[in-house]
Amino acid sequence: MSGLSQALWVLLLGSLLGLELIGKVPPTLHTPLMSGANAISGITMLASLTLISRAGENPALLALGAASLAFALFNVVGGFLVTDRMLAMFSRKSSNRTSSNRKPRVER
Amino acid sequence: MTLSTALAWAIDLLAVLLLALGLKGLSKVRSARSANGLAALAMGLAVLGLLIQQPLSAVAWLWIVIGSAVGGLAGLVMARRVPMTAMPETVALFNGCGGMASLLVALGVALFGAGEAGLVEGISIVISVFVGAITFTGSLVAMGKLQGWIDTPGWTQSQVRHGVNIALAVAALVGAFSLPADPAGAGLWLLLLAASLLGIGVTLPIGGADMPVVISLLNSYSGVAAAAAGFVVGSPLLIVAGAMVGAAGLILTQVMCTAMNRSLLNVLFGGALGGGGGGPVGGGGDEAGYTRITSCSAEECALALENAERVVFVPGYGLAVAQAQHALRELAKLLEANGTEVTYAIHPVAGRMPGHMNVLLAEADVPYEQLVEMDAINPEFPRTDVVIVLGANDVVNPDAKTDSSSPLYGMPVLEVDQARQVFVVKRSLGAGYAGIKNALFELPQTAMVFGDAKVVLNGLASELRDLGFGKKTAA
Repeated sequence: MSGLSQALWVLLLGSLLGLELIGKVPPTLHTPLMSGANAISGITMLASLTLISRAGENPALLALGAASLAFALFNVVGGFLVTDRMLAMFSRKSSNRTSSNRKPRVER
Repeated sequence: MTLSTALAWAIDLLAVLLLALGLKGLSKVRSARSANGLAALAMGLAVLGLLIQQPLSAVAWLWIVIGSAVGGLAGLVMARRVPMTAMPETVALFNGCGGMASLLVALGVALFGAGEAGLVEGISIVISVFVGAITFTGSLVAMGKLQGWIDTPGWTQSQVRHGVNIALAVAALVGAFSLPADPAGAGLWLLLLAASLLGIGVTLPIGGADMPVVISLLNSYSGVAAAAAGFVVGSPLLIVAGAMVGAAGLILTQVMCTAMNRSLLNVLFGGALGGGGGGPVGGGGDEAGYTRITSCSAEECALALENAERVVFVPGYGLAVAQAQHALRELAKLLEANGTEVTYAIHPVAGRMPGHMNVLLAEADVPYEQLVEMDAINPEFPRTDVVIVLGANDVVNPDAKTDSSSPLYGMPVLEVDQARQVFVVKRSLGAGYAGIKNALFELPQTAMVFGDAKVVLNGLASELRDLGFGKKTAA
């Protein structure tokens, strides 16, 4: 039972932390923030890995775990990269602002 | 406690700390990019901690490599290839897959008894399956709607949908309550099926304009699903991270609702805009309702631009669809070279997602300081000579301020009707996402330039070059 009560404390404190972490968000960042938070929710890949580790020799369970891992990693890898792509545009812009030369660079 | 367990614990703690810092940093412009990297690093640490703790057989490693390769590569390719305009639906797709992952874990544990068989585990499995399935199907519907693959069927706008959704929720409950007796029986499949259909049922009636809010909410759900999966497999790290994302997603959803002047309840249960407000969909009217439309050619528009000292562009989804951001930047450069003051008015919800226009214009190297937010630009419109609205509609509808019967009433809008001359570049007189008529189009100072935004902008630029723009080097 102590395991459960600990887990519930963790749930409660984690939720409170999440409520506090995000306060005022400028509209510019709504999309990247959503996308970044979305990538973090792909942390469920830990559960996929745990499932695989407990699967033993059961092929169906191994396959299910691997499928779950694939979905989660799609979310994680895609999510972080896409967020970075969006945010890279903002940082490129601010570095342009400091330099007087505003030639468009051809990066992508 | 062995050394490796202690090490794994330390890594877990560090991972949680970095995840929290990453999430916090993502909400500030300056730190956002490094914060994203920090969160990714934290994720890697969390995986490392887990792999240290749990000894894996060779066959387990094989399946891990297969799963990682498939998912990781698909994510990599998708993230590289997808155009910036399709960002909202991409986030929706990623999100749905996160929900699917939690769902599959819970299914695996339920079907094969790979976990402890207590009440807590049972409840966690139910939540994980239920929320995971809703997240998955709901996200796919949201994506389909944004891509234009899925329409809003008529019946979903009637009260029938509430009955259908309530029936589905009851079916899911029935399935859930039969689980303790038979964890891997028909009840599980009933729960899965009902929750999947419920995800479709609640997302389908919601209008495209509200999709960003829905995606944000579904993002919060996938956090909840992850936390539930954390209970299923007994991972505190997963519980913290899932709860954090769930709560943060909820706050972000609220922030977005406020920016759009909509209440969350109204978004979820009010149906598409226009059907809301309790009344029948009479007041809005459709595209046949326009009577006093003036349309003009690119040439006339170019003449107006030639004499303008102050020009404001209002980008909207039409610009994104036409991929016209570079054409817009070229036109703006011509005008600037001629000494015209050019700014861009950014409505917080222009496009399909908050911040959509900022990202789009940044891609075309539009200087940051020329993007002006709504509150700052509204007082400037009376002294603006020419406003060019590029595929935006509802965010410039003056009815939102003046007509209390309009479904948009109360939504903050860009007051372009205050400007001396307004050109609206649009493909047709079709209604915007809210599905209602725009009083702006009928004002005497407004002229419509029909056509694809990119074609029109390129046309304007060549007209201006014919007028001698771009040849002088005067600034």
